[in-house]
Amino acid sequence: MKYLSALAATLFALGVWQAIVSLTGLPKFILPGPALVVETWWQNRWLIAEHTWITAVEVLIGLACGTFLGVITALQLANSRAARVLVQPMLVFTQALPVFALAPLLTLWLGYGLWSKVAMAVLIIYFPITSSFFDGLMRTPTGYLDLARTMQASSRSVLWHIRIPAALPSLASGMRLAAVYAPIGAVIGEWVGSSQGLGYLMLLANGRAKTDLMFAAMLTLGVFSIVLHILVRHATARMAGEAH
Amino acid sequence: MTPAPDLIFEGQASIGSASLFAPLSLSLASGQWTCLLGGSGVGKTTVLRLIAGLDTGADFSGQIAASDGKPVAERVAYMAQNDLLLPWATVAQNVSLGARLRGEKIDRNRRDRLIARMRLTDHMNKKPAELSGGQRQRVALARTLMEDRPIVLLDEPFSALDARTRADMQDLAAEALQGRTVLLVTHDPAEAARLGQTIVVMTQHGLTHCQPPPAPAPRKVDDLETLETQGSLLRLLREEAA
Repeated sequence: MKYLSALAATLFALGVWQAIVSLTGLPKFILPGPALVVETWWQNRWLIAEHTWITAVEVLIGLACGTFLGVITALQLANSRAARVLVQPMLVFTQALPVFALAPLLTLWLGYGLWSKVAMAVLIIYFPITSSFFDGLMRTPTGYLDLARTMQASSRSVLWHIRIPAALPSLASGMRLAAVYAPIGAVIGEWVGSSQGLGYLMLLANGRAKTDLMFAAMLTLGVFSIVLHILVRHATARMAGEAH
Repeated sequence: MTPAPDLIFEGQASIGSASLFAPLSLSLASGQWTCLLGGSGVGKTTVLRLIAGLDTGADFSGQIAASDGKPVAERVAYMAQNDLLLPWATVAQNVSLGARLRGEKIDRNRRDRLIARMRLTDHMNKKPAELSGGQRQRVALARTLMEDRPIVLLDEPFSALDARTRADMQDLAAEALQGRTVLLVTHDPAEAARLGQTIVVMTQHGLTHCQPPPAPAPRKVDDLETLETQGSLLRLLREEAA
C-alpha cells in the first residue's frame, strides 16, 4: 500500500510535469520534459554514477562524523552545567550563521577536495543531532530517576543504564533529520568549489545550458536522499523502539 | 538485609511560605504495615518521598530516623503507582536493575526464584509492553523484593489496577513483604482496611490513628469487620474534607 501510493504520487508528478511542458511549449533548455531527462540520464549514467559516488562518500563520512560529534556534545551538555552555560549559546549562534556563507571559508581552510564537503555536511547536521539527543537526555521520566536514586545508583551509571537508553528515540529522530540535511550540506560545499560530485555536475550542466543533464543530476540527488533516509530509518528503528 | 527497624517521622513541610503539612509525628512499627490514608494533595506522597530521600520541592524541618540509628534513605525500596519498568529492558533485566545500577554482580538464582514466585517465569525475556498491567506490577514487586531492603515504601502501587487484580496484588505483596517495615500510601479506604496493621488517616488538620480490624492482614475482601473499618475510614475522610 505504501509503495503503491508512492508510485501513484510519482506518476502524478511526472504527469503534471509533462503537461506543463506540452502546454507551454517551453524550449528544452528552459524546462526539459521527463522523457528527455530520463533519456539523458541513461546516456550519462556512468558519468552520473561517478559523481553520485563522490557525493555519497562525502555525505556518509559527514553523517558518521556529525553524529559522533553531536552525540559527544550532547553527553557533555547533559553532564555539566558549565558546559550548558558556555556551549549552548554558541551552538545556537552557529545555527544562526548561514552555512552558505561559511562554505567558501571551509574551502579556503580545507581545500578543494573531500574534506571541505564533509565539513559542510557535519556543520549542517551537527545541531539537529546534538539538540535532539540533548533534549532526550534532559527529559528522562522523573520516576526512573527516583527509582535509581533509591537504588543508590551513581550519576554515571544512571546516565549509562537509564538516561542514554531513554534518549535513544530522540537521537533516532535527530539522525533521520540529519540523513535529509547531510546531502544538502555536501552539495553546497560542491557548489562553492569542487571538481567532482553531483553539485559540481549540476553547476557544470547548468552553465552549459544542458538543463536536461542538470535535471538528471538533481533527480539523482533526490533519489539518493530518499534512499539514505529510508536506510537510516531502518537502521534506527531499534533505537526508536519501533517493532521491525 | 539488616533487621527491620522502627521508623520515626517528625516534622513539617512547606513550599515557600505556604505550609504543605502542619507539624506531624508518624511512627512506623518494625516489621509491620502502616497504611497512610488520605485524599489527593494532603501531602502523603511528600511524607513518603521525604523518607525515601527523594526530591519533593518542599522545605522540610524535622527528623526522619530509624530505631537502630542507621541511615534510612539507603535502606529503602520504593514502588510507585507507575510500575517504572524500563521499556527497553526485559523482565529479568528490570528485576535486577538495582544490581546493574550499582555495578554489582547479579544474583541470578535469586532473581529467577523471585520471578518464579511472581509467576512470571514464562515472561522472563519479554519486554514490559508485552505484559498486562497486573503482570507489570508483579515485575515491579519482584524488583522491589530483589533489592531486599528492610524498609519498603509503597506509593499507591495498586491503584491503577482493576479490582480483582488489585486484590490479588495486595495478597501477594502482603505475603512477600512480611517482616519488613512497610509504609503504604493510599487513597483507598478498602486497601487500608485490608492491609494496615496500623492505619493512619492524613488530612489538612493532621494525623488520626484508626483502629485496624482484628483479623490478621491481609484480611479477606468480604470480612465483615474489615468492611466496617473501610466504611468508617471513608466516613472519616469525608468528614475531615467537609
